[in-house]
Parts: sequence; structure tokens; C-alpha cells
Amino acid sequence: MNGWTGKILRVNLTHQKLTVEALDEKIAEDYIGGRGLGLKYLYDEIDPSIEPLSEENKIMFATGPLTGTGALAASRYTVVTKSPLTGAIANSNSGGYFPAEMKFAGYDMIILEGKAKKPTYLWIENDQFELRSAEELWGKDVNETTEWVVEQTHPEAKVVCIGPAGENLVKFAAIMNDKGRAAGRSGVGAVMGSKNFKAIAVRGTNGVSIADPQGFMDNVAFAHEELTDPYMSETIAKYGTADVVEFSNEVGLLPTRNHQQGTFESAEKIGGMALAKDYNLKGASRTKACFSCPTACGRVTKVTEGKFKSSGEGPEYETIGALGSACGNSNLEAVIKGNHVCNEMGMDTISAGSSIACAMELFEKGLIPKEDIGFDLNFGNGEAMVDLLYMAAKREGFGDKLAEGSFRLATHYNAPEYSMSSKKQEFPSYDPRGGQGFALAYATSNRGGCHIRQEVHCVEFFGINLLDIVETGENLDRFATEGKPDVVKKIQDYYCMIDSSGICNFIAIATPNTHVLIKMIETCTGINFGGLDGFLKTGERIFNLEKMFNLKAGLSVEDDTLPKRMLEEPFTEGPGKGHVVQLAKMLPEYYSVRGWSDIGIPDQNKLEELGIASI
Amino acid sequence: MPKALSFNKDVCTGCRACEVACSFKHFQEFNPVKSNIHVSIYAEEASFVPLACIQCAVPLCKEVCPTGALQKSEVNGAPVINVIVEKCVGCKMCMLACPFGCITVSDTGRAHKCDLCGGDPECVISCNTGALSFQSTEESALQQKRSVVDKFHSHQEECI
Repeated sequence: MNGWTGKILRVNLTHQKLTVEALDEKIAEDYIGGRGLGLKYLYDEIDPSIEPLSEENKIMFATGPLTGTGALAASRYTVVTKSPLTGAIANSNSGGYFPAEMKFAGYDMIILEGKAKKPTYLWIENDQFELRSAEELWGKDVNETTEWVVEQTHPEAKVVCIGPAGENLVKFAAIMNDKGRAAGRSGVGAVMGSKNFKAIAVRGTNGVSIADPQGFMDNVAFAHEELTDPYMSETIAKYGTADVVEFSNEVGLLPTRNHQQGTFESAEKIGGMALAKDYNLKGASRTKACFSCPTACGRVTKVTEGKFKSSGEGPEYETIGALGSACGNSNLEAVIKGNHVCNEMGMDTISAGSSIACAMELFEKGLIPKEDIGFDLNFGNGEAMVDLLYMAAKREGFGDKLAEGSFRLATHYNAPEYSMSSKKQEFPSYDPRGGQGFALAYATSNRGGCHIRQEVHCVEFFGINLLDIVETGENLDRFATEGKPDVVKKIQDYYCMIDSSGICNFIAIATPNTHVLIKMIETCTGINFGGLDGFLKTGERIFNLEKMFNLKAGLSVEDDTLPKRMLEEPFTEGPGKGHVVQLAKMLPEYYSVRGWSDIGIPDQNKLEELGIASI
Repeated sequence: MPKALSFNKDVCTGCRACEVACSFKHFQEFNPVKSNIHVSIYAEEASFVPLACIQCAVPLCKEVCPTGALQKSEVNGAPVINVIVEKCVGCKMCMLACPFGCITVSDTGRAHKCDLCGGDPECVISCNTGALSFQSTEESALQQKRSVVDKFHSHQEECI
């Protein structure tokens, strides 16, 4: 096979058995890789109604055909499993160097199943692999673990691992790779922890071969030319995604004090300029890239003294929103320290920050007594926020409740409406009242509160075109609902393809010519989508199979919703003033555009059209 | 004024596009271990250092080669040491001699090293940040001087 390595490594932890299997070529064509490939195998191999932290759950580490190639930002892989946070499908995507190295070792996917009796890690060097004891590693943080494993294996080995949060089954624990990159969302790290599995180290010296080398390289050159969006390719390169803070604040959708407002009076103190000026090691310039990426949005920061002294990767926009404005925290050093703590402990910064923001509001409203927490937890208390991150990771004191995520925390205190989440997963840092399209996307995302599986916001207010899919100018009034269900569906299907291809969606969104990605996958693998329609049909197949997974897992139309605050409480200030999400106006039309029943169940005709009727 | 491949580690982001471009040019596959250029990564300091053969004026690889498989020539105004594959017996003496590790023997059993792609290096074309350039050595030295003095100058301004 070209693009794909054609091999899957299956790791059964219960029986300590490792086997190499051939990748099913038909499945590869129908589900591509990453998000789609991992989903298909998971769907076929587990009962979606199982308990996510049981031995029956599996974890798929899936690369795409473009991963490890010379395509732009061909650095991604997706961790697919059943989420302990949402009970729905989890597909957490990460970049860095590990995914490409896994490909060079010769594997499209690693399937982790069963449960080890004792802490274990996996060492892969091309076609040699073995399970090793990780007893010495249990309890160690992500940096210590990565360094120890590299020391024990190979100086060029790339490592994925969990930190203490994953071991302690924190519902928003991440799987970290290359120290500072995260398959962050939906608690995938807890699933790894539940299996007594600490890390994978990989070293590969094989290449990725290409079906049509000349055609492929012509497309790479063309992609560079088409990388035209100056915001994504220049501003983000200079300031990282942190630059979005000021923008979101200007348009009035920066989550502030647990989404009570959409503007933060101290936004400029925690924005991209401030980060570049005093903390980013390379100032206002390209800093650290993932494999094969021309943008290099990654930041490497240092706080040199004081109580927030720390160093490491980040923060990016979502983290600044969650640990900054959502917590009413204007101290950038606390945000940076908080980010580094999350990286070391192996936690999702979005859910961690948003859960703390929820706790802060509950505390201020008198719904959580001070004695439950042990200290005052008002908005703006950066020091308490950092302490709580450690406590959550270790499940110490109040941290044990926080580690369950904002929905379970707020439900415990009889106030679930204060959890700013969808399907129990916390919102990222774009308040849904700021745009009807991405509000609908939050409500219908198969993995719950999420912006990155369908960047509708990029079209709605960054004004980015997606050639032949969504043109700027079409339904672009962000507060209008007309036409949005169709836009959301198309972008969701397109993103299924980006996430399955192995390239980063930042590059895809900055390359508005969608045909570039189509041709890239075709020349890489030799498959033929039969044009844009066939390409999007593959994305739609993936999206619908995720939906089927969720339905079988017990989710329903009741879960395609948003908190009361989004639906009933308008912003009282800023450019979004007066707006709420008009979900009831859009959801029936969305289901209809999808070919689903009025309670969101895919019709038989739709399933047949997508070739998934029999499953 | 001879040209050379020059490296500016200050602006390298560690994306390794040069590694994949090089391996693709020479082996038609994306495989960093077959690349003639390598980026060393010091992620915690956001420091990334690309290195490839610097085409030494006194090439030790050539000196030590028992079969005369390494030959010095010039492409596009740059001195270059090329491997004559037909003469190479894969003895790896060149690997022992090179102080930089910039020549290796691949799975073909023959030595390979940076050949400047015949005068238009793919790594330079692939580099998005200006970390790699193909220019006269005087120009490279001038840029290095300027970059050091710029830093000194900005600190001096801060002090005043």
C-alpha cells in the first residue's frame, strides 16, 4: 500500500500478547485513517454501551495516510476510544513528532486492549516490540516519564504517555506526546490509566511511500501557494493562537467568569502580544513546529521567578480562555503555570479550566460551601486555580470532585445548569452565543462541547472560505440562523476528512482550496474519491458512524443541546449583547439536512447511501 | 565568492521539512533517517539545529576513501564532494573519518551525503523560515555578524 503502511499492531494487555495484522484495504478506503479508521475498528470491536473505564474498552492510536509525508503539517494522529467524560465517542487529535515516528516504525494504527496486571509500557523499534514494566514510572509526571523512557530505549525515541491524572482516572486526563503535545479532550488519558498502561516509545527507520510521487510533490508545492490566509499563516505563526484572545474579546465571545460575559476587561493582559513580549522564548516569531508544519504555532514559555515559576509548551488560545478569562484570571503567569501543570500532570487544559470556572461560580453563588473546598475560590484567584489543578490530578480533597468534570461537579451540588458543557464535555473558548452556526455545531458535535471537529467559527467570523463547500458571504451573519444547518453539516463532514487524513486542520483551514486536500490524499494513496461529492460522502460516512456509536452508547436527542445559559440568558454587554442561541430553530432543520429522523436517528436510506446500513 | 549551504538555528522551528524533502529527492520516500540533513531538537529551549555536510575544503572523507569514490567538484558556484556510487564499496571508512557524522551508508550498501541536489538544494526550497539558505559564505558571515550586533544593539538601547 502507498500512504498507509498496511500494518496494525494489536497489543493485548490482559494476555501480554502482541500481534501484527494487515490493514483492511476496503476499510482504509472507506474510513481513510486517524479519526475515521480508529472509529471503524472500535465500532466493530466493542459494544458501545460498555463502561468506558472497564477492561472491555479499547484505545486506537491511529495515524492517517498523509502522516509522516512531506504534506503540510503532516504530523497528526487521533486517539479513538469510548470517553469516560461523555460516554460518547472520543477522538482526540495531536501533533508533534510521535505520530510521524509511529508511521516510520511501520504502523498505521496501534490497538490497545484488555488490562495489564501491573504498570506497563510498550517499546517499538520497527518490527521489534515488547511490553516492559512501568512500575518504576507509576506516579511520575509526563516530563519525568518521557525522559526515563527515552533513557531506557533510544535517544531518538518519541514517547506518548499519561501523567498522574491519567493514572488517577481524572475524567479529563489527556494522553501527552513529545512532552508538550496533547490528545487532550474527552478523558482519553483515564482510559489508558484504567488499563495500567503508562507509555509507548517508538523508533522508526522505514519510509512512507507515495503512489504518485510527482503528482504528490506538485500538490505540496501547490498547497504552499494556496496557503493564503494571512491570519493563519502569518499572525498565528508570530503570536501563536494566543493572538485570538484579543479578537474574541473584540467580537464579544471570550468566555468570561464561566460564560457569564463574553468580554473580559483584562483581555490584553493575557493575549498574544503580552505572551510574546515577556514569556515566549522566541518573542513574536515562529517558535516551535510540529512535524512538517510551516506555521509553527507552538509556543515555548518560561516564567523565571515567583510563585508561578515554570517552563514548558503553551499556552495556546483555548488554554488562555479556560485558565484565564473563564476563571476571571488576568494574571498571565498563572495561566502559563497552569498550562505547564496540566502538561506535566497530563490533563486537558480546556476541561480543567472550565471545571474550575464552574466551581468558582458555584462558590460565589454560595452553592459550594467553603469547607468543602478548604479555601476561598473567587473568580480571579490564580493561585487557587493552580493549586486546584494539582489537587484534581491527584484527586486530593476537593480535587476529587473537580476531577469528575464540571457537569458531575455541578450536579453534585444540585446545579447542573452551571456546567458550561455539551454531552458533559466543557466548551472551548468561544461562547456559543457569539455565532449561531458554531452553537449548533457545539450541540451536535459527536464528542460533545468542541470547536475543532468542525471549525464553523472560522467561517462565521474569521470569514474564511472553503472552496466549493462554504463561500464567504453565504449566510455569514453570525447571529443569523438561516442556512446554518447546511453549513454546519458540510463543515462537519469536511472535518471528518481532515482529521482522518493525518494533516493538521489549521493548515486545512488556511488553505481554503479544499481540492488541495483531496488531491493530496489521492496522489498519496492512489485511491479516487470521484470528486468533491465522493470525498465529502466519505466524511459523512464517518460522521454518521460516530452518531451510530453514540446512539448505541445510549445518547439521544436530549444530548444534542446546550446549557440553559446559552439558550435563555443573553449577554448583557459587548457586541453579542442581547443574543442567545436559537437552537430549537436550527436543530430540526439540521436533522433533516442530515437525513435523520426528528429525534436525530439516521434513516435507513441514509445509512444505505453511505454503505453502513448493515452495521 | 563560493556558495555554501548555510544554517541559521535562530529561526529554525524544528519542523523537519528539510529532512523529508531530502529523503524524497534522493530515495523517493519520506524517511528522515535517509535524509542527508538532520535537525537536532532541544525542545525545552525552543532550539533547533539543522546540520548537513559542510563540504570541507580538506574533506577527510575523500582523504580516507580507499577507492577514490569521493570526488571534489563544483555546482552552481559551490564546492561539493560527491559520491561516485560505482566506485563505492561500502567500507564505511568515510563515516569514521567525518567529524560531523554527515556521511552515511544506506540500505543500498553505498555511501550517501549531501550533494547540494546538483546546485538547487531541496532542503532550502522546503524551508519556510529562512533557517536554510544557499548563498555565498561571505553573505552568511555578514548575516551572522549583523545578527550578533543587532542583539547587542537592542540591549544597549534598553540600558540607555
